[in-house]
Amino acid sequence: MAERHVVRLTVNGESVERLVEPRKTLADFLRQDVELTGTHLGCEHGVCGACTVLLDGDPVRSCLLFAVQADGARVGTVEGLAHDGLHPIQEAFHDHFALQCGYCTPGMLMTVHDLLQRSPSPTREEIRKALAGNICRCTGYHAIVDAVEAAAARLRAAPPREAAR
Amino acid sequence: MATSGTRPRAVGRPVKRVEDGRLLAGQGRFVDDLHLPRMVHAAFVRSPHAHARVRHVSVSRALALPGVVAVLTADEAARLCHPWRGILTDYVGMKTALQYPLALDKVRYVGEPVVAVAAADRYVAEDACDLVEVEYETLPAVVDPEAAMRPGTPLIHEELGDNVIYRGGFDKGEVDQAFARAHRVYRDRFVVGRQTCVALEPRSLVAAYEPREGSLSVWISSQVPHMMQAIFARILGLPEQKIRVVAPDVGGSFGLKIHCYSDDVAACLLAMRLGRPVKWIADRLESFATDIHCREHLVDVEAAVSADGTVLGLRSRAITGVGPWSCYPRSSVVEGNQVIRLLTGPYRIRNYKAELNVVAQNKALMSQYRAVGHPIASMVMESMLDRAARDLQLDPVEIRRRNLVRRDELPYTTAFGYVFESGSYLESLELALDKGGYARWREEQARGRREGRHLGIGLSCFIELTAPGSFYGSGGAPISAQDSATVRVEPGGTVTALIGVTNQGQGAHTAFAQIIADQLGVSVEDVNVMSGDTALVPYGGGTSGSRGAVLGAGASILACRAVAEKVRRIAGHLLEAAPDDVELRDGKVSVRGAPDRSLTLADIGFRVYYQSDKLPRDLEPSLEATAHYTPARPITWANGVHMVVVEVDVETGLVKILRYVTVEDCGPMINPALVAEQVRGAVVQGIGSTLYEHVVYDAEGQLLTRTLMDYLVPGAAEMPDIEVHHLETPSPFTLGGFKGIAEAGTAGAPGAILNAVNDALAPFGVRLTRQPITPDLIRSALRQAPALNRDGRR
Ligand code: FES
Ligand code: FES
Repeated sequence: MAERHVVRLTVNGESVERLVEPRKTLADFLRQDVELTGTHLGCEHGVCGACTVLLDGDPVRSCLLFAVQADGARVGTVEGLAHDGLHPIQEAFHDHFALQCGYCTPGMLMTVHDLLQRSPSPTREEIRKALAGNICRCTGYHAIVDAVEAAAARLRAAPPREAAR
Repeated sequence: MATSGTRPRAVGRPVKRVEDGRLLAGQGRFVDDLHLPRMVHAAFVRSPHAHARVRHVSVSRALALPGVVAVLTADEAARLCHPWRGILTDYVGMKTALQYPLALDKVRYVGEPVVAVAAADRYVAEDACDLVEVEYETLPAVVDPEAAMRPGTPLIHEELGDNVIYRGGFDKGEVDQAFARAHRVYRDRFVVGRQTCVALEPRSLVAAYEPREGSLSVWISSQVPHMMQAIFARILGLPEQKIRVVAPDVGGSFGLKIHCYSDDVAACLLAMRLGRPVKWIADRLESFATDIHCREHLVDVEAAVSADGTVLGLRSRAITGVGPWSCYPRSSVVEGNQVIRLLTGPYRIRNYKAELNVVAQNKALMSQYRAVGHPIASMVMESMLDRAARDLQLDPVEIRRRNLVRRDELPYTTAFGYVFESGSYLESLELALDKGGYARWREEQARGRREGRHLGIGLSCFIELTAPGSFYGSGGAPISAQDSATVRVEPGGTVTALIGVTNQGQGAHTAFAQIIADQLGVSVEDVNVMSGDTALVPYGGGTSGSRGAVLGAGASILACRAVAEKVRRIAGHLLEAAPDDVELRDGKVSVRGAPDRSLTLADIGFRVYYQSDKLPRDLEPSLEATAHYTPARPITWANGVHMVVVEVDVETGLVKILRYVTVEDCGPMINPALVAEQVRGAVVQGIGSTLYEHVVYDAEGQLLTRTLMDYLVPGAAEMPDIEVHHLETPSPFTLGGFKGIAEAGTAGAPGAILNAVNDALAPFGVRLTRQPITPDLIRSALRQAPALNRDGRR
């Protein structure tokens, strides 16, 4: 077994320090070592987007990063989106039937969170483009696009106190 | 449908999903989220060859790796369990070999598990797999389904004598006379590529064995926990009462997680041998190589058509390539059978002869995926209708109007023998044309053609076989035809429901909560629905064949009626009224016409559970009932119509969907939003089938599509908005009149899209009969089109 390294980072605002093998992915680290299982694995090769988390505020595929690469970083996961209750994006997903099995949902939410930070009033076309890297096998996307439009409107009206970032 | 005295308040409304909160917060409980003490992780050594003899296996180096706790070889696995065989006895003459957890003498497809390893974590388990040495002697692979049938082709299972798993067919009406009478006969060959399900959550399992009790608990991403309990009992030699199967949150399934997979059995054997929990999660490569595949059909069809466009008769001959074994326990012959049986669709075609060959190949096993057979049957029929319409200079709408079964012809018996008891075939078509703006799009198309834009309009009119009853049980498979519900009023007056139907994202818990809320006169929030655990819920068949809503609702209604009857009897005693005069409404139990004489369900709960000694001896102290339900007919038919408009870029071969409109008739809707989302999700899978998804093997049987970069599934950017309209024609034969809906979108999309693309390409003299319709396929067809060589359009 390879030598382990200390990784120190913040996850959803909390400091975390663990000893990990250099080959351990950030996704496995978050799920197994930090025990935040909301980040999902759908492909482990960077295509499906289920594992999307925020690294220093930018969306990344946690299956394509090693935990040691996140040393010193700020990681945001779906568990950190809302302090309590649901974030307006999560609420909009609920209101618009934008999830079925919920497996893609954490990655979708993180991608949408990033989109709406950068672009507060996206068109349907822009939303669809922004979601191009997140596969949902259940919904057919229409409802997700509806939810993102609604979330954008809600956030423009009343931006929440941000938790994850 | 409501119990007397309650008005339906939740059913029929787009009630928001009760499942969402946890899932949105990242608090789902999928199998891979489960961690048990002393749990180890399984990985598999898999065949790199499509067909080879296993000469020698050496596991000593793997065993020596620190962290490895067990290595299971094929011989040992075979000794530890009973093999299984995917036969349904009502398919007379079908044959297939026994299946074992790990490849014994030969490997028969790329990815077949050969050795299983358990280790401290998945990383180490995979390291150990690399240290297992397997010597193979490669054999010629059987890949092409037509070639598989030819004499002299290598045999996949020598003991079976040939590679044909099943031969079937039927000859109904007077087919030869119909063809003799025909004004025109059209012949085509349709080629449908292999696909796979791609549930985003891969197949996942945790197995834990308690040797002192002889009990096995399996948490598995599955649609069918009771079926898994039954097959684990048979294969592992344990009695059913010692096996608990739990399907927690399931990340999509679509027919994927409904079969016996050899690696699942091997993982259970590891857990039993070790007495430690074993986790086994497929990665995406393993999913592509070993999840069931689907489709792969060749369909030769001939249609006899009169001068006015009436389809007089049909002949079809289908060949389906299903991999080395017929899948257990649902078999691999159902899809091919559905293709031939459903081919006549909602059309009045009395004379029909069909033949089916199901053949073995050196590819992954093939079995049922969403809409089983329907998409192919529908695509073939719809394409033949468009061809006839074009040739006879009829509008595609007109030829459909002339052939669709009319309401006044119901009940209608198809040539094969299916009975349509209720439906809205013509009405659905007219609504789709109206909502879709068919006439306007025809004008737009003509305008486009003048401007060099190639628009096409496609229609498909389809039926959907839903809520099948004893579909598999009649062939001997341990698959429940009934379904069940236990409904309990808790002491505090709220309701717990345990349902045999499972949930893989459909929103089943919401739908059943709506039904139960109305039946008992409580609010949806006061009902908690649970499912997916054989130790918790009454015996059920899970989901398949769009059965969940119909059977789950039926069982829930029956259980609620029984509970309401108990409530009425006890309330009648307490309120000194006749039970028949007691009604349940708004959480209250009151005497009809005397609302001041009322109790809450909590009052009754308190009395029944905590003061039952004060009840008369002839009143059972119970507010709970379990009911089991099978619909009155073996099949409930839903129907619908899709209209799609595409634009084809003749330079790149890309197809863009400009408009997608569906009309669905699944009877009364429990929750129209859930119905719409089932339709949308299913349509997008149908679009994927038609335009993108293709499992590709090379001539040696090597799997080429191994990642989501090679196997394309629809993404948000390419998908259109999908407009969903509803008609609600109740079934006379199900409780509530409900029909299934989960597969309709997938059934209808391929025919509509193929027709739209062909409509766009018609000026070039191009007509495609192949799926998926890739840009390459379109470009090469255009290159070969005579018209294009002259001036680029005709
Ligand atoms: S799991 Fe990381 S992109 Fe699919
Ligand atoms: S909701 Fe199931 S994959 Fe998106």
